[in-house]
Amino acid sequence: MNNVPTVNVDRPDQTLGERIYLVSIVKGLAVTLRHFLRNLFGQRDIATIQYPEVKRQYSERLRGKHILTTKDDGSLRCVACYMCETACPADCIHIVAEEDPEATVEWEKKAAVYEIDLLRCVFCGYCVDACPKEAIIMSREHEMAFTSREEAVVGIEELRQKGPIESEDLGYRPYY
Amino acid sequence: MTVSSLQAPAPPHPLSDLLPKEVGVRQAADGHTELTVDRRQLLEVLRTLKESPATSCNLLLDVCAVDYPEREARFDVVYHLTGLQSGQRFRVKVPVPEDDPVLPTAYGIWKAADWFEREAYDMMGIRFDGHPNLRRILTHEAFQGHPLRKDYDPSQRWMLTEAETMVPTWAKDATEDEDQFETQVLNLGPQHPATHGTLRTVVRLEGEVITKAECEIGYLHRCFEKMSETHGWNQVIPYTDRLNYCSSHINGAGFALAVERMLGVEAPPRAQAIHVILSELSRIMDHAVCLGALLVDVGALTNFWYFFQTREEIYGLIEKCSGGRLTLSYARIGGLAHDVPADFEERVRYLLGHIPKFIDDVETLITTNKIFRDRTEGVGAISAEEAIAWGWTGPCLRASGVPYDVRKANPYHGYDQYTFEVPVATTGDCYARYLVRIEEMRQSLRIVEQALKSLPPGPVITDNHRVALPPKQKVFTEMEALIWHFKLIYEGIKVPAGDAYACVEGANGELGYYIVADGGGRPYRVKVRPPCFAIFQAFPHMLEGHLVADFIAIQSSLNIIAGELDR
Repeated sequence: MNNVPTVNVDRPDQTLGERIYLVSIVKGLAVTLRHFLRNLFGQRDIATIQYPEVKRQYSERLRGKHILTTKDDGSLRCVACYMCETACPADCIHIVAEEDPEATVEWEKKAAVYEIDLLRCVFCGYCVDACPKEAIIMSREHEMAFTSREEAVVGIEELRQKGPIESEDLGYRPYY
Repeated sequence: MTVSSLQAPAPPHPLSDLLPKEVGVRQAADGHTELTVDRRQLLEVLRTLKESPATSCNLLLDVCAVDYPEREARFDVVYHLTGLQSGQRFRVKVPVPEDDPVLPTAYGIWKAADWFEREAYDMMGIRFDGHPNLRRILTHEAFQGHPLRKDYDPSQRWMLTEAETMVPTWAKDATEDEDQFETQVLNLGPQHPATHGTLRTVVRLEGEVITKAECEIGYLHRCFEKMSETHGWNQVIPYTDRLNYCSSHINGAGFALAVERMLGVEAPPRAQAIHVILSELSRIMDHAVCLGALLVDVGALTNFWYFFQTREEIYGLIEKCSGGRLTLSYARIGGLAHDVPADFEERVRYLLGHIPKFIDDVETLITTNKIFRDRTEGVGAISAEEAIAWGWTGPCLRASGVPYDVRKANPYHGYDQYTFEVPVATTGDCYARYLVRIEEMRQSLRIVEQALKSLPPGPVITDNHRVALPPKQKVFTEMEALIWHFKLIYEGIKVPAGDAYACVEGANGELGYYIVADGGGRPYRVKVRPPCFAIFQAFPHMLEGHLVADFIAIQSSLNIIAGELDR
């Protein structure tokens, strides 16, 4: 600890100018006035936005509400392997598997029930990382409100990809 | 020459001269000297470690208990100590039987033992003989059992509807009679505009002067440590985001570092540099929140906007990297979840030019301001000896003149490659803590600049398939990668049995993780050493003799983060 490079930040006692305080007032007013004028006339330098009229543009990595992707024929890509349920740190995913009657191979599984409790979910993206089929990805939808706890448990119909994948507001997907 | 003659007897450890010979001494892989001590000799050993010039362990970092139900002596109480001068680190383990779980208190040696021992009592049921105030600390008073014991079922739910009952005994004595009509007991918090987290402080006032105070914490307790034991190693990382939520990345990076050390893997250089950049930006955010709130509390509102402007811009960058703003879950064991976006360097460079302007503006408004100086100078002052005795670390300790910084004392993530200085002040008051934090923001920017300049290309997560998930493209196309993927998700990372303590410099001080593994895919025990906890145990004692209005300034300057205080 003795040879750690340090910088002492102690300040001397208040000078006469500081004690009189007028100089500090003028300097302080100059700072606030500069910000005021710049924001009024010049380049607006404010991170605040007029939400909800204006919405922030988030990156394509934002972890919002999940999407269950579908194959070309409209059926879910999910094979009910329970990887997302296992990886979930919040234990918010509930899957019930059944045999896929339309499968071309024997013993192909599909999800009969796929529920996510969006109130339990912490939106960490571990389910997306865990999925070996890219069957669950995330959208940028983050404004979710419910009137009851039951309503927050959403199933396949609510989560299923609505149109072509490009038309969705895509968020976090597997990157590596 | 026979084989046996090659194995020279181990040289006697220099410690064995100091300590009773029954004490087992071993050099642990994590750089700690581990002592196994019988409880009858505990105080003697601890006192020797503190007072002997060879060790001079003046800082007690952590006290915790680990439960081994199959063992004869069921619990291990573990003390982590360090000597600030020598830099040596010690871990003292004391086996404690279940039928008589009593240890002598270390409060007489280090005051820092106060809350840590209360926590061990609350969580594991270890009683500390002679402790001045051995009550539950994180759970509700009416709580039954000790939640971190292995036989405590984590899935049971409790509904404790009793309202707050904690009334200190001294508070009951205060009566308003004719002679003492100005004595009164006042509750500050837990729902008070100036307690930025949920902290309840009961104070006794003599007129406007605080004569006695006591804190109650635990309102935000969410069983972080118990939940870690029921989930896989990587699944703990989203939980760590919620410890110090103002600088989430530091927590996740610290936990990953601790597990990496146990696994013997190292994050690739690029991941380490990104850890450094994001940790330092997080530190700036944390200090910005702390100082912004401190200044609001003492009546200077404008600075809050200037600081939150920078914070918002850093959050924008973090969201672009990780996909989350506050709870980013970006660290992984062995590196990072994925690489930074293409415009990362450009955006960090913009921040490097932008943030100093706001710090300068705040400094112009505040640093030489007579009102602020009069309000904070000499308020909440603590000497270096007292601060060390209470187990303080971080900016608050440095404001008292002790240049202890984990980034210098035990460099990690390549901090030894970067040139920066540790800001120190000597007065230890609220003003000094303000000055130290301001300078730390500038030093953090220096580190970010250097890390960005030398940001190496390459992978951001180790290619060890037993630790990191294989690349998604390989999972989709290759059988072997898919198998490893399945094994890692279902069985988790197999961390070899053992224990390790790793620490990083959090925004409030030394953030340590003491981790015990049993070889399985889940942690056996995770103990966080939260810097806030040690700092706030001194808080009620610092209040005595101050005006009630100073309560606010002192509390804000210490930076209360209830997420790590209560876990």
